Amino acid sequence: MSQTPISLIVNGARVSALVEPRLTLADFLRQNLDLTGVHLGCEHGVCGACTMLLNGDIVRGCCVLAVQAHGGEVTTIEGADGDALTRALQSAFHERNALQCGFCSPAMVLTARALLQENPHPTREEIRDHLSGNYCRCTGYQAIVDAVETVSRQLEGAPA
Amino acid sequence: MKNPKFDYERADSVEDAVRLLAAAGPDARVLAGGQSLLPTLAARLSAPSALIDIGGVAALRGVAFNGGVLRIGALTRHSDILRDPLVARHAPLLAEAVHHIAHPAIRNRGTFGGSLALADPAAEWPACVTALDATIVAHGPSGERRIAAADFFQGVYTVDLAENEIIVAVDIPVAAGDDRFAFDEIARRRGDFALAGLAIAWRGGAGGRLRFVFLGVGDRPEPVDLAAETVIGRIAGRRMEDVVGEAVANLSPSADPHVSSEYRLHLARVLCARLLNRVMEGRA
Repeated sequence: MSQTPISLIVNGARVSALVEPRLTLADFLRQNLDLTGVHLGCEHGVCGACTMLLNGDIVRGCCVLAVQAHGGEVTTIEGADGDALTRALQSAFHERNALQCGFCSPAMVLTARALLQENPHPTREEIRDHLSGNYCRCTGYQAIVDAVETVSRQLEGAPA
Repeated sequence: MKNPKFDYERADSVEDAVRLLAAAGPDARVLAGGQSLLPTLAARLSAPSALIDIGGVAALRGVAFNGGVLRIGALTRHSDILRDPLVARHAPLLAEAVHHIAHPAIRNRGTFGGSLALADPAAEWPACVTALDATIVAHGPSGERRIAAADFFQGVYTVDLAENEIIVAVDIPVAAGDDRFAFDEIARRRGDFALAGLAIAWRGGAGGRLRFVFLGVGDRPEPVDLAAETVIGRIAGRRMEDVVGEAVANLSPSADPHVSSEYRLHLARVLCARLLNRVMEGRA
């Protein structure tokens, strides 16, 4: 099987590789780059555990081929770790016990981060709607929604 | 599971895509956003010989308003439609329906043209473009071809596109001042495929017509047109049930292991009454 050259930016660093076209972006990041914060649950676009950023938008890494990310910019939880919003979410998840096994957490944090960047003060209903594509089989979501709401209240311009 | 093997080609332009598609043979598939195609590969439900990736053809993405027509490029993402002011103004039905499509991470990749080309019977866009009398613009080896939405959808995953044709855009007649639109669907969970859904487009005011197009309850979107005058009269005479009965008259939804045919039909009737109340508010 022929290999296709790709070149992309991953968490700020230029990466070039030869990949089989059938390799998903999620597998590429895990297997070739050891970015194991990308979790693969269902591998067909249902569970949301492989959520990452591609060119600034959240996408499912199992539903994007590595070859499709050629020329693009990818950010995983490892790369988003440094910013204040990610850290605030991580600590709110910790404080509120918004995780048990942690399998869904990197994707949950990146998805919540995308919501708060676009809409810093969402209602609980908007939080639930935005997170509806990310499955958590431990918590029942209440604590996750609480954690996102907590961070929203800490952001500038929050309703008193 | 992991994807089966396939060949991969990147198209630089529409012409390039058509040429690559013809060269790759009948088992090749177009890769746009990939949000339906890639899961079918992972589940080993399809095994194309080659994927022709049109994702880099920038000219196919975007929304434009020109001469009373809203043109939506085939690679316009669902999330683009959600945020586009031209869509909100000129095609409010799409702006309403887009919230029902999957989840944010999927809406960021999935494309308008891809959804139409796939023609899943439970998808939102085929029903919406049929309700809006849109025209599908396709490109093949002999150039451009325009197909009315009502003729485009032919059955489950079956459309009027040749093997070497791709959708490049969709032209939508824009909403006039007194047009009214409504969309809703019922799914078990947020973002799941609809058990039943409905788009209503009421064009031309009291002298015009209401078009009903259901999704999830048939093998393709089939428009039912009723004269606005008749609908208004019946609803004013407290005979909403008659209008609902006419709108659903031709539906015979299939059953599956989860949902009976009767239940789908029931949902279609409930949605129909709900949306009629919404579009008729203050008018009947």
